[in-house]
Amino acid sequence: MAKTLVQEFTKGLWDEIPPFRLVLGICPALAVSKAVEDGLGMGIALTFVLVCSNMLISAIRKIIPSQVRIACFIVVVATFVIVVELVMQAYTYALFLKLGIFIPLIVVNCIVLGRAEAFAYKQGVIRSCADGLGLGIGFTISLVALAGLREVFGSGTFLGIPVFGPSFQPFSFLVLAPGAFVCLGLMLSIMNLAKK
Amino acid sequence: MRDMIKMIVVLTILTGFSGGLLAAVRVGTMEKIQYQQLQFIKGPAIKEILKGCSNDPLVDRFAVKDGDAERSFFVGVFEGKAKTVAFESGGKGFGGEVGLMIGVNVEDDKLVGVGVTTHKETPGLGSKAKTDVKFGAQFKGMVLKDAFKVASDGGKINAISGATVTSRGVCAGVTEAGAVYARLKAQVAEQLKKFNK
Repeated sequence: MAKTLVQEFTKGLWDEIPPFRLVLGICPALAVSKAVEDGLGMGIALTFVLVCSNMLISAIRKIIPSQVRIACFIVVVATFVIVVELVMQAYTYALFLKLGIFIPLIVVNCIVLGRAEAFAYKQGVIRSCADGLGLGIGFTISLVALAGLREVFGSGTFLGIPVFGPSFQPFSFLVLAPGAFVCLGLMLSIMNLAKK
Repeated sequence: MRDMIKMIVVLTILTGFSGGLLAAVRVGTMEKIQYQQLQFIKGPAIKEILKGCSNDPLVDRFAVKDGDAERSFFVGVFEGKAKTVAFESGGKGFGGEVGLMIGVNVEDDKLVGVGVTTHKETPGLGSKAKTDVKFGAQFKGMVLKDAFKVASDGGKINAISGATVTSRGVCAGVTEAGAVYARLKAQVAEQLKKFNK
């Protein structure tokens, strides 16, 4: 059944929301969800790359020979990732320092490459744009939710602003790596419960 | 054969396009990135040295040719007069090059501060050159001339305990800065006039 344009967009916000439904792109989701600011920055960077690469790949899909399509996808994705990296360095250097290696790693992010292969290579430009935008925003929402959970209880702040009184003892476990897994697991189980 | 040619053409055009795009973005953001790097890496040291100045030293900067290399000078305006500059130097420490920022008052050649920007020294020992305020403060008020030495080498600077090599490196860096300063002083003074409007 063919979906409408709106459905292509909204599926990324709930039905196929990464990384919870579409369990892809776990690596940045675990690593960059220590603080809401990092998660938001990462989400926006990924959305930009996803939309641009989806649109460009979809626009040139007819001239890409299928034998070298993966190479072409990587070139396109890598180009936009470096654009994001340079722009971040120029305007949000502090965030760039914090995200570090995870910005260049967007090149091999499963979501971006997966959407290129599974969607943009087969669909039109506008639908690909809607798909990229939906999934990108979905990923941003998930990261912010995950990071919010971890930051609020792990460090007692939200976007760097203290939310609890000074007597609050943060669960510093949550900002460490195992805390990321626990939070992700909790979120996944809540999502599955909500689906039933 | 046709397929092969198509592959080559498509990939070539695609990579050419991406190369062009990246070059354009890089050129467009280069100046901004340089400023950001200054602010986040050298900025803290510059701000510390030129504390209390009424301008932004990261904006008011100029470059002077020193042989083949170019050196950047950051201007600090105090009491309405641009008379203090900060510039980079470096000396060999224990773990590699210790990057220094040297602040000097052009009117009386006295040091206003010495700060460490980048280093690879041992954490807790040599790294104190950056964090221990007392160490850097020793240089303050000394005339930037002659060689600087640590006390155990017959100089005036008290080395950080457990990090003599690092301290020597810093002293060598300041000595080197003195040589640079002596070479370029005339040009620096000339450039500073532009900031005294």
